[in-house]
Amino acid sequence: MIALLSRDLKLAFRAGGGFGLGLAFFLIVTVMVPFSVGPQSQLLATIAPGVLWLGALLACLLSLDRLLVLDWEDGSLNLLATAPLPLEAVVTIKALAHWITTGLPLVLAAPVLGVLLSLPGPGYQWLLVSLILGTPALSVIGTFGAALTVGLKRGGLLLSLLVLPLCVPTLIFGAEVARRGAVGMETATPLLMLAGITAGVVALLPFASAAVLRINLR
Amino acid sequence: MNMNALWEYANPVKFLRTTERSLPFFWITALVCLVVGLVWGFFFTPDDFRQGSTVKIIYLHVPSALMAINIWLMMLVTSLVWLVRRHHVSALAAKAAALVGIVMTLIALATGAIWGQPMWGTWWAWDPRLTSFLILFLFYLGYVALWEAIDNPDTAADLTSVLCLVGSVFALLSRYAVNFWNQGLHQGASLSLDKEENVADVFYFPLLVSIAGFVLLFIALVFLRTGTEIRRRRAKTLLARERLG
Repeated sequence: MIALLSRDLKLAFRAGGGFGLGLAFFLIVTVMVPFSVGPQSQLLATIAPGVLWLGALLACLLSLDRLLVLDWEDGSLNLLATAPLPLEAVVTIKALAHWITTGLPLVLAAPVLGVLLSLPGPGYQWLLVSLILGTPALSVIGTFGAALTVGLKRGGLLLSLLVLPLCVPTLIFGAEVARRGAVGMETATPLLMLAGITAGVVALLPFASAAVLRINLR
Repeated sequence: MNMNALWEYANPVKFLRTTERSLPFFWITALVCLVVGLVWGFFFTPDDFRQGSTVKIIYLHVPSALMAINIWLMMLVTSLVWLVRRHHVSALAAKAAALVGIVMTLIALATGAIWGQPMWGTWWAWDPRLTSFLILFLFYLGYVALWEAIDNPDTAADLTSVLCLVGSVFALLSRYAVNFWNQGLHQGASLSLDKEENVADVFYFPLLVSIAGFVLLFIALVFLRTGTEIRRRRAKTLLARERLG
């Protein structure tokens, strides 16, 4: 398992890997927002949590189509399927690798970008907490979508169509935590819901992803 | 009817024979119910004292919204049957129902917008019910697109079935998430089984008739489309055999 994880991470970090793509996209989106809506800090402070969450979601989606397709094309996915490691563990590791290379940099970059969008003071910790809790769910859901479309020639558009509605609950609760935190409201309820969604998704969805992958590898 | 009798229809020949015999019945009753329900509703019911004549869109809006949700449930059941018992007719019925479901969702959204413009003063509001219908629409789109994208019919049936199961859980989750996210503008349920009176009787009976019409129309369409899918698959097999031999 650790060997697989380190292999995926190495592949991502080396030249031509997906690392940095999501992060760069996230940076560009958030830096462009003030240009499109205007520089009033009042307005920016209101929309900052939502913009940061939306940027994180789209950045996660961006790198999904590379998640399994490369392994599928060179046949290493077939090899992994016949390995003693259960396929459920393989997809979990894949999702974890995706989170480390895409989700974690986003979480770390978000507070810096929060400054650019004049996010109010108490918002930072809640933004961090909500992203740390929420982005793993996005990675796991994305892995499911990637497993569904892995056999298709041009699955990119279909992948986003399938994954976007699945991400709606995570986005709603995650952005709600950040928004409420920024204006100093009680955040316990959406935070618990977000944590519950992430826990449930991480626990159950790898089984569906593995089942789907088995069908595709048949 | 015992369960064994139901499973007989997993045989495509038996399914085709029965549906073909019953199709005219469903077409005619659907037509009669729709004409009676809609004409009665549109021309022989009084205007509502606050909503005026716009209330009459209820005869299209409520049945289509009802069908949009229940068609997804039907697809969920048939997907489960396919995954568990591998009956091809079941998978094809889910495929046949999905497109009808998309149209029903669109009708519900469009009639809702047309009614909302004079009543709420807006075509669209991010109300929980409207939003969850939009999400349902996206789920339908993804489902149909996945069916169309995959060449191998068994793989397509398997993948869409899993998507339907996972999607159902997430659709339900989104329903509660959007409830939490915004307060509603939409009125409460028009029809519930546990209420004394839902809408006034003058509106209620034509509504029931037109709901029956939508249900019968759906059954007829699913029978027809499933039959078409079975035949298409047969034709494909025949062509493949010809090429080999």
